[in-house]
Amino acid sequence: MSDDAPILIVDHLSMRFGGLVAVDDLSFTAERGHITALIGPNGAGKTTVFNCITGFYKPTSGLLRLAHPDGGVFYLERLLNFRVAKLARVARTFQNIRLFSGMTVLENLVVAQHNTLMRASKFTFAGLFGLKSYRDAERTAIDKARYWLDRTALLGRADDLAGSLAYGEQRRLEIARAMCTDPVLLCLDEPAAGLNARESAELNELLTFIRNEHKISILLIEHDMSVVMQISDRIVVLDYGVKIADGTPEQVRNDPKVIAAYLGVEDEEVEKVGAEVGL
Amino acid sequence: MEYFVQQLIIGVTLGSIYGLIAIGYTMVYGIIGMINFAHGDVFMVGGFIALTAFLALIAIGVTAVPLALFLVLLIAMALTALYGWTVERFAYRPLRHSFRLAPLISAIGMSIILQNFVQIVQGARVKPLPPLVTGSHTVMTSEAFNVELSNIQIIVVLITFVVMAGFSWLVARTRLGRDMRACEQDLKMASLLGVNVDRTISLTFVIGAALASVAGIMYLLYYGVIDFYIGFVAGVKAFTAAVLGGIGSLPGAMLGGLLIGLIETFWSAYFSIEYKDVAAFSILIVALIFLPTGILGRPEVEKV
Amino acid sequence: MRRDPTPVPNKASHTASLSLADALKDAVLAALVAIGLFFFLIGLRSEQGPTGALEITTRLPTLAMVVGAVFAGALVRALIFGRGPIGLGRAIPPTVTHTLEVAGRFAAPALLIFALLVPVLFYHDRYFLDLGIMVLTYVMLGWGLNIVVGLAGLLDLGYVAFYAVGAYSYALLATHFELSFWICLPLAGILAAFWGVLLGFPVLRLRGDYLAIVTLAFGEIIRLVLLNWQHVTGGPNGIASIPRPSFFGLPFSNEEGGFAHTFGLEFSSTHRIVFLFYLILALALITNWVTIRLRRLPIGRAWEAMREDEIACRSLGINTTTTKLTAFAIGAMFGGFAGSFFATRQGFISPESFTFGESALVLAIVVLGGMGSQIGVAVAALVMLGGFELFREFQSYRMLIFGFAMVLIMIWRPRGLVATREPSLHLGDTKTISATMVKQGQG
Repeated sequence: MSDDAPILIVDHLSMRFGGLVAVDDLSFTAERGHITALIGPNGAGKTTVFNCITGFYKPTSGLLRLAHPDGGVFYLERLLNFRVAKLARVARTFQNIRLFSGMTVLENLVVAQHNTLMRASKFTFAGLFGLKSYRDAERTAIDKARYWLDRTALLGRADDLAGSLAYGEQRRLEIARAMCTDPVLLCLDEPAAGLNARESAELNELLTFIRNEHKISILLIEHDMSVVMQISDRIVVLDYGVKIADGTPEQVRNDPKVIAAYLGVEDEEVEKVGAEVGL
Repeated sequence: MEYFVQQLIIGVTLGSIYGLIAIGYTMVYGIIGMINFAHGDVFMVGGFIALTAFLALIAIGVTAVPLALFLVLLIAMALTALYGWTVERFAYRPLRHSFRLAPLISAIGMSIILQNFVQIVQGARVKPLPPLVTGSHTVMTSEAFNVELSNIQIIVVLITFVVMAGFSWLVARTRLGRDMRACEQDLKMASLLGVNVDRTISLTFVIGAALASVAGIMYLLYYGVIDFYIGFVAGVKAFTAAVLGGIGSLPGAMLGGLLIGLIETFWSAYFSIEYKDVAAFSILIVALIFLPTGILGRPEVEKV
Repeated sequence: MRRDPTPVPNKASHTASLSLADALKDAVLAALVAIGLFFFLIGLRSEQGPTGALEITTRLPTLAMVVGAVFAGALVRALIFGRGPIGLGRAIPPTVTHTLEVAGRFAAPALLIFALLVPVLFYHDRYFLDLGIMVLTYVMLGWGLNIVVGLAGLLDLGYVAFYAVGAYSYALLATHFELSFWICLPLAGILAAFWGVLLGFPVLRLRGDYLAIVTLAFGEIIRLVLLNWQHVTGGPNGIASIPRPSFFGLPFSNEEGGFAHTFGLEFSSTHRIVFLFYLILALALITNWVTIRLRRLPIGRAWEAMREDEIACRSLGINTTTTKLTAFAIGAMFGGFAGSFFATRQGFISPESFTFGESALVLAIVVLGGMGSQIGVAVAALVMLGGFELFREFQSYRMLIFGFAMVLIMIWRPRGLVATREPSLHLGDTKTISATMVKQGQG
């Protein structure tokens, strides 16, 4: 039963900032082991949804039910920022890359494994005196970092400053860093932004690899349709904070409301324009 | 009851002075997100310039108090504004694109410079000035206590009110005010739209300094003494006032100033006078913990 | 409050030198500003006359000199540097900076050896021994604050509070309970750490400048309480007759069971001073060792990551609150140790030693030394305190110069003396990181 259960259920999520309604009564489901994409024109509220899911905003109302494969259930709307990552194991990347630019690539990935290492160092005491258990744990952490560096083609840059990496490399590093936290749900905020066609294709490969080999569910905000349409199992479309479509890439691609939202057409005219456009 | 009313009068007077200084803090923080550590010392410098100007005027024969007061106001405001401009130009502007700590350290350095500069050139001792504005009115009487409202108290509150009104008009109605508000909202965008950001920021400092100098004059007239160290404590209290009222809000700064003035006065009157500064500093901590946006401030949402 | 970084200046800075006419114009303007600034404060002076009332005197020659100096300075600056910023980097030729870098690698061991030999070299010069002790005390304070400001990026303007808690705890424990130095020292450190947690807990979620001013307020509150709580702290008179240190039980006195006698040496008051020197050196080195170890552990890395980007840390599941608290508490603990040492060295403490100026001085040492750099902090402490001593005669002038130094160094070399960071982990070869890439922390 827990294997089939969706990993994330967003139930009547609303987010208000004073008088501004950023997200209005949003409900959708992200299936386990799926790549679920959240798309919509700019300002539709996608990043706001992410911030609610990952604990950076406290939702005004609604439920965010996260179910782990082993049966653990977490209500994300109640978890305080870092606990979403630590306990519920939801990892994320950011729209405007947030790396530790003054630290090396390797250090970035090892910081991500902070909690595991803290436990191993017995909250620093074992580490302070160089006990073997800690040194082993650190070696394991470096090995994990090495694994993900290899998968993201950054192994050669391990000792370079994160800030000195090229843009595409920085995006990959952020994903590698998120993976080092051993998440069950990976939330990516516009991972393809600024990538060229080749890099986007590589991103698709990486994400499919993560889904297939590691069985990690992915929630994705993206504008790049070549990425979205190719790898998503399900797409949720937002416009002005409201869900206007929810289905497979095929269904969404042909949905007149979606097209209208991107073109900026009034609700009443949707069918008319759809007919004109030849849907 | 009479004692209470007397403390009320004192508190409002003191609060007006704090409010004037607080405006400088809140404006600068609002526009460039920096605590101008040296602002309290600019207030002190204004007081010293006023003192020297008073004495100079008296020495050359201008003894009519209203005229002297008016001239001193002009002189002190103009010259203290010059200090404000100089401080921004040399200690802050070069660091505008530097890391977070840099302007703060520079501001601390500037504060140390101003304090020691005045200490060196004017001496470390407290300077007393004979009361220039005398006279008071008995407002309430009782068996035990007469509530006195002195002329200087009236003048302080009146001048504060006039200056506040003038300044609010400036911010709401003039081009400069609009530029300032634009910069406060979004500096990058304002500059892209043609606002001269450097000049707007300079003027913010200049106006803040001028207001602080008015506070300095009021302080000098009211307390009759001045020394080079008053800037530090007054500065922290005024900043507390700015935070309490809501950083970035002008009426907030005034409101915060009045509150701090009243709290300090009542604390001294009813509890203990030695710990009055502790009370003020504690309010700062409490305000920032429980009411970080202040009473009239706008809540800020963290952009992730 | 987080703000977008301000836009890059939209006019190119003129780095070419100006023509004489333009330079003169700049200089005249500067002179006019100087007159405005200094007329009433330098040109005139109010002093209390024989009647007690203030009298005014003129000092126009002084004013003229100062304005003249400003004029000349502005002229020279305009002629040489134009209107652009005075880059120290351009002023110093690359060969010099390169030699400094090479020399820098030997700085740490060289300084250590020198420090170990100071009591030997200056055995007969009490003045230098005392100076050395003072410098090492500030080096330790700097290294302690470095954990908070340099590594974790938290703006702490009230570090003197922990110094004071340490000193007063030691003084009270020693005078009331007659416990030995070796018991009081850790106790004082624990108390200081406790205060660190107590203060840190409510305020550490504040950002940047707010945290700075709150810590400053707290430092002032501590000082005012120490000043007014006569009953316990002795008020402005402080606490006196604090027991002097002994050599592990052997007192440094001229008697049978004393240190000198036990080791067959002729009694000299210098023995105690030398002991104190090595004691503070040991304490400082412990602070240094702990810092270096912690940097290589998850907690230290978390501190540096927090300094870089706190939001990213939270997204990785790092409890930034406890991480900050740990930095604060450990920094406070070392401040407390330093305070204990101070109390026993002086034999007498009063609130006067714990003003905001001290916090500012230690902060300046850390920032000018260069973010998180241990050797930078040590050198900065040496330079600044050495400089202070050199200018001892010019009491108030030296504070003025200190203020100027702070402003100027921020403008010319904001990253501090040591502008590189050593990574704590490597996969392959080691590389040091230039300062321009390392963030300074949002608090």
